[in-house]
Amino acid sequence: MAKIVGGVSVTHVPYIGRAIAGNLQQDEYWKPFFDGFPPVHAWLDRVKPDVAVVVYNDHGLNFFLDKMPTFSIGAAEEYRNADEGWGIPTVAPFKGDVDLSWHLVEALVEAEFDLTTCQEMLVDHAFTLPIEMLWPKRTTGTIRTVPICQNTVQFPLPSTKRCLAFGRAIGKAIESWDSDARVVVLGTGGLSHQLDGKRAGFINKKFDLEFMDKLVSDPEWITQYSVPDIVELTGTQGVELLNWVTCRGALGDKVRTIHTNYHIPISNTAAGLLAMETV
Amino acid sequence: MASKPKRVIPGTTIFDGDMARKGYALNKMCFSFNAEENRQEFLKDPAAYCDKFSLNEEQKKAVLSLQVLDMLAAGGNAYFIAKLGGIYKLDMQDVGAQQTGMTKEEFKAKLVEAGKN
Repeated sequence: MAKIVGGVSVTHVPYIGRAIAGNLQQDEYWKPFFDGFPPVHAWLDRVKPDVAVVVYNDHGLNFFLDKMPTFSIGAAEEYRNADEGWGIPTVAPFKGDVDLSWHLVEALVEAEFDLTTCQEMLVDHAFTLPIEMLWPKRTTGTIRTVPICQNTVQFPLPSTKRCLAFGRAIGKAIESWDSDARVVVLGTGGLSHQLDGKRAGFINKKFDLEFMDKLVSDPEWITQYSVPDIVELTGTQGVELLNWVTCRGALGDKVRTIHTNYHIPISNTAAGLLAMETV
Repeated sequence: MASKPKRVIPGTTIFDGDMARKGYALNKMCFSFNAEENRQEFLKDPAAYCDKFSLNEEQKKAVLSLQVLDMLAAGGNAYFIAKLGGIYKLDMQDVGAQQTGMTKEEFKAKLVEAGKN
């Protein structure tokens, strides 16, 4: 059966795409952010995942408000990035893993998570940038991928409790996949930030740090908060931390922290990185 | 029967069903800005492009004056409005400064300050 080696949750600000394209990783502004990655690269080199299951949210590239699934999954041979309208470079396609995708569809619907299946799916910066950051010398063959998209755009959003349960179901499903593949789960977005309204620029360092700590030791902790509570505590886009919650759920009861990094600001965002190994 | 009362978070709009209905035309126009040819068409005649997507007067006025808070009030969603901002090469600090009545430098300083506490 397939093995989950661990998970990485990381921020996905579009602006990072320009830093990567411009090779600005060691500039004063970017260094505290990009210097968080080498220990995670070393861990990935050691655990050698074959497939990344990427839990993220689309920002109006693949999904418009005409159709907005709460949970959706890609089941394609390849995932393409495309112009998102805000001037970040479009990157090369990502290889899919159709066998794992359909296994997940079967297992998750059986577990009563009735997600939307997408045999064509454009992936935006929330999917592409974390992969570019974690596998900086990526070639198309480096790692196979399965995108899992959660709605964090149009309310109502799935609850913290639901995302944790969804993640747990994803973890069980991966572990029941008849394959010798090694799987890493990614959760992208956050941490606290608010782009819109008179409260734009809101950041909550205290909450973010407690969230990162509790996500490792006590993932149930976050379920005391409703989605509106999360908006109040972390900002309108801070709610993307739901992707971290789902990722954590997939890793089982106990995890070991490999590395954490937290830096304010990248664009308007508190940038978090948390790598966890399953134990 | 009315739904349960909405959660009020100062300075913050929750993009719920009411906003999604209200802002559909505006957000649909902004979604079209994923394509370069549409961005160019908009720039040639912004008012005509708004009419093509049937924006109401409130939405059109907010777009033509580039007032982000007014776009939000008219049902705009932050992720879609950002695509309009991209046409004018406005970054998130420009947008943040406009909404909070700060200069861009003041807004950036506020973000840096948030990391110190």
